[in-house]
Amino acid sequence: MTVLVAAPGLRRPSRGVLVGAVLAAWLLLFVALRGQFTLSAGGPTVVPTWLQHLKDGADGQRNTSPLFLYGFNEIRVAIDPLFTNVQGFFLRLGWLGCTVLAAALGLVFAGWRMMLLALAGFLAFGVLGLFGESMDTLALTLTSVLIALVIGIPLGIVAGNSDRFQQVLTPVLDLMQILPTFAYLPLITLCFLIGPASAVIATVIYAAPPVIRLTSAGIRNVAPATTEASRSLGATRWQTVRHVQLPMAKRTIVLGINQTMMAALSMATITALIDAPGLGKTVLKALSREDVGAAFDAGLCIVILAVVLDRVTTAASQRAADIGRSGRATSVTARPAIALLALVAVVVAAQLPRLTARVSLLFPDGWVHPIRPAVNTASRWIELHLFSTTEAIKNGVTYRLINPLQTLLGDSPWWLLVLVVAALGYVLSGVRIALAAAGCLVGLPLLGLWPSGMITLASTLVGAVSAMVIGVVVGVWTGRNDLADRILRPFLDAGQTMPAFVYLIPGLALFGATRFTGIVAGVIYASPVVIKVVNEGIRDVSPSTIEAAVASGSTPWQVITKVQLPMARPHLLLAFNQGVIYVLAAVIVAGLVGGGGLGLDVINGFSQVSLAGTGLAAGIGIVLLGIMLDRITQGAGRRRAGSDVALGAH
Amino acid sequence: MTTVTAAATVVAGTATAEPVISVRDLWKIFGPGASRVVGSPDADLSRAELRRRTGCTAAVRRLSFDVARREVFVVMGLSGSGKSTLVRCLTRLVEPTAGQVLFEGEDVRGMDDRRLRELRRRKFAMVFQNFGLLPHRRVLDNVSYGLEIRGAGKPERYARAQEVIDLVGLQGYETAYPDQLSGGMQQRVGLARALAVDPDVLLFDEPFSALDPLIRRGMQDEVIRLHHEVGKTMLFITHDLSEALKLGDRILIMRDGELVQCGTPDQLVGAPADDYVRDFVRDVAKSHVLTLRWIVRRVTPQDALDGPELSPDVVIRDAVRQVIQAGRPVKVVENGALLGVVDSAGILGVIAAEPQGDPP
Ligand SMILES: Nc1ncnc2c1ncn2[C@@H]1O[C@H](COP(=O)(O)OP(=O)(O)OP(=O)(O)O)[C@@H](O)[C@H]1O
Ligand SMILES: [Mg+2]
Repeated sequence: MTVLVAAPGLRRPSRGVLVGAVLAAWLLLFVALRGQFTLSAGGPTVVPTWLQHLKDGADGQRNTSPLFLYGFNEIRVAIDPLFTNVQGFFLRLGWLGCTVLAAALGLVFAGWRMMLLALAGFLAFGVLGLFGESMDTLALTLTSVLIALVIGIPLGIVAGNSDRFQQVLTPVLDLMQILPTFAYLPLITLCFLIGPASAVIATVIYAAPPVIRLTSAGIRNVAPATTEASRSLGATRWQTVRHVQLPMAKRTIVLGINQTMMAALSMATITALIDAPGLGKTVLKALSREDVGAAFDAGLCIVILAVVLDRVTTAASQRAADIGRSGRATSVTARPAIALLALVAVVVAAQLPRLTARVSLLFPDGWVHPIRPAVNTASRWIELHLFSTTEAIKNGVTYRLINPLQTLLGDSPWWLLVLVVAALGYVLSGVRIALAAAGCLVGLPLLGLWPSGMITLASTLVGAVSAMVIGVVVGVWTGRNDLADRILRPFLDAGQTMPAFVYLIPGLALFGATRFTGIVAGVIYASPVVIKVVNEGIRDVSPSTIEAAVASGSTPWQVITKVQLPMARPHLLLAFNQGVIYVLAAVIVAGLVGGGGLGLDVINGFSQVSLAGTGLAAGIGIVLLGIMLDRITQGAGRRRAGSDVALGAH
Repeated sequence: MTTVTAAATVVAGTATAEPVISVRDLWKIFGPGASRVVGSPDADLSRAELRRRTGCTAAVRRLSFDVARREVFVVMGLSGSGKSTLVRCLTRLVEPTAGQVLFEGEDVRGMDDRRLRELRRRKFAMVFQNFGLLPHRRVLDNVSYGLEIRGAGKPERYARAQEVIDLVGLQGYETAYPDQLSGGMQQRVGLARALAVDPDVLLFDEPFSALDPLIRRGMQDEVIRLHHEVGKTMLFITHDLSEALKLGDRILIMRDGELVQCGTPDQLVGAPADDYVRDFVRDVAKSHVLTLRWIVRRVTPQDALDGPELSPDVVIRDAVRQVIQAGRPVKVVENGALLGVVDSAGILGVIAAEPQGDPP
């Protein structure tokens, strides 16, 4: 038994124990100090007041200050017509022209299946009575994607070639992506007013990171030997980029474009809050009236638009790659013919309304059959018959989970919470993260947003933990079962491309306008990502390790708990990190439907001039909360320092 | 310490003790409709032909052999000859398609999940080519994994793990993580993990192929030492002939899933069954493997019989000096009976790599 000298327990206790200790200490202090040092009034209002002044000042100087005259206003004036032109183009094309154009593009670039998909999708917009709105959203999305690509691809190329630039860029991109879409809307409207220009800019900010990242990654993946060979032949830098790097990185870049497009669509719907036209606005109006049916129609259009854009661009990139690989295998001669035919069809379709009165620019009224009445009937039926069930679920979670957590967060002395966050940050990742996270949290009382922040935080934590539970169960299942994975994957892929907005609609139908609805939406929104990351982690475990465990006589449960989950730990932490970020985004949006918290502050800031300062502050508060949650959950991923003590000692 | 109390029943009609593992007519066919192939005319097709016709791969075909207690039994063959599949069939990590696998007389294929797990937990332990260590666990926890899953308490399993860690010479690295160790050390962890559960049989699937030659030799010596110390039955897979000759009491050579030859090292080298085996053993220094039994010749009247005596089981290499120095024929005597003589011409013949004679 002398061997126990080497056994653990003598050094620092494990992280789990430390986290438990921090939480236990928090509970004890909470019981002792409950209700003292709280900031139920919100804390000092200096910053919001100052922000309000800033806003008023900005409004006053909009036509005098050079910053506005030669800066922001110029940008706005440049972007506005860009959008209106695209929008106008779709208008002049008419519904038939748009539909045929979409089908033609699908056919030429992605094959006849995608043509059918595009055709069906565009007809569905019309049938649901939302053709114009859909085209507005599409116009907004495409304008933003265009700008995002014009800016993003060159940035990606530079970042791919320069380590220094990449290092500077990465944290900025990280920040752009973890920020919930709501966060920067107030700031953008401060500079660019409410309207399409702000909508486009906000969308570009949210949508550009994927294409920048993936362009850089694609270029970095080109084997150094290839680049070197090109240089050795005397190619200039630009020639190397143009003839070697870009062609070889094409697939990755196209993937980035696809992701940028999906992100843009998601953001474009949300910019309805700052008066951007389109489907988002329809959803917004319907949500505020709690008209589930109308929201459903618009939500469905968003889903269809997402599916069409995603599938067509994916198929197009797949095809481009296949053709690229097989040289001229696919009949090159047939394609120009098809393209020409498609072009003729589009021109004819666009001219038809001008030639005959029987075809209108607008989708024929007689064909419009929204499903709104049916949905509302169903929704009423649910209200009538499932009310007790949904109420029970809602109340159960609200009273057992959300309220206690909110009490714990809200009734703790604010400094205690800051200490807890600092301690967790320190235990999980060290001093720097601890300081950063605690610093972010201290920002909330300074902004006068403590109570709203705590509401948002409580909802986010409950949602993230729920999403994680679902994610681990389903992720482990699909990770171990190929059939389940194959069946589920398309749904997850589709689910991931939907804007958070859309998920509020079923939540609203089932649970009415409450905090709980926001959490449900957040869980649905976050689950696909969490499931996928967990699944990947489980599948990453090498088969030989599993085989070794099975050969030792492990039961399936032992394989999961002792081998697969522990080995997937980095993935699990990443999944939780992503879950938190996604749920936060959805919970903020849920301010629209009774979610309260910071999201509501932002929305109020748009609707009431006197609250604009609070709205701006809330935007900053969301940023702080997002960074805090991200830092803490991200740092936990690394293996504890000091595990190599044994080796160092020799 | 767990003691193994397997009743060693003696099968009627066999004089020797019952083999630990007994494989009879074993088949493993990968692919759709695999079970229909065995017993049909397709079964006699060559592997490539079968694959072309049915899309199935016959990884193991019609294989039968026994492994005796405490024996080191080596399975050898080129890449793809079905060695890994064979060894996985023994504990049903790969489900056999047809045939019989007996462990101490018990039909492994008839076992239910629970019994099979019991078998894997207590009777067999395996060492893998790519180690199969758990990267998130320290060496100590890797080694005690087998004990942990069968429910041993922490003090007990750490005590046992420490014993085997000492045995394989890893003391001082208990708290290291696998990726902090060299390949050779990682495989020692794999070895310790297998030894920790005190199994009846150790299965090695090319455990040293991923190691460089010098470390490999060290590890082979280690296995030999462990075999002397713990005396386990070992089934050792390799595609390296020198490793097979060094470790094996008996060697089974496979080709395309089939048995080509099974015998002691000197039988393989001295009397290869066909060109495949002959090719395998061509580069072996025969004098290192063959015994005097393989070059002993009849006594002729000219031979002077006053030279020294040697046993027929002496390896030629070890007899070279004596025979050459003797300057006359050396008598080969087994149990007092004169088998014949060996002279320097015979020995030089072997060293010049020319196969001599047939086994007596
Ligand atoms: N899971 C599987 N599915 C289909 N075929 C398989 C599978 N596993 C092995 N095979 C095939 O069975 C044959 C034998 O493979 P096996 O891995 O047993 O060979 P091996 O002798 O261990 O080779 P190596 O020395 O390369 O490890 C090969 O032709 C292989 O392609
Ligand atoms: Mg193998």
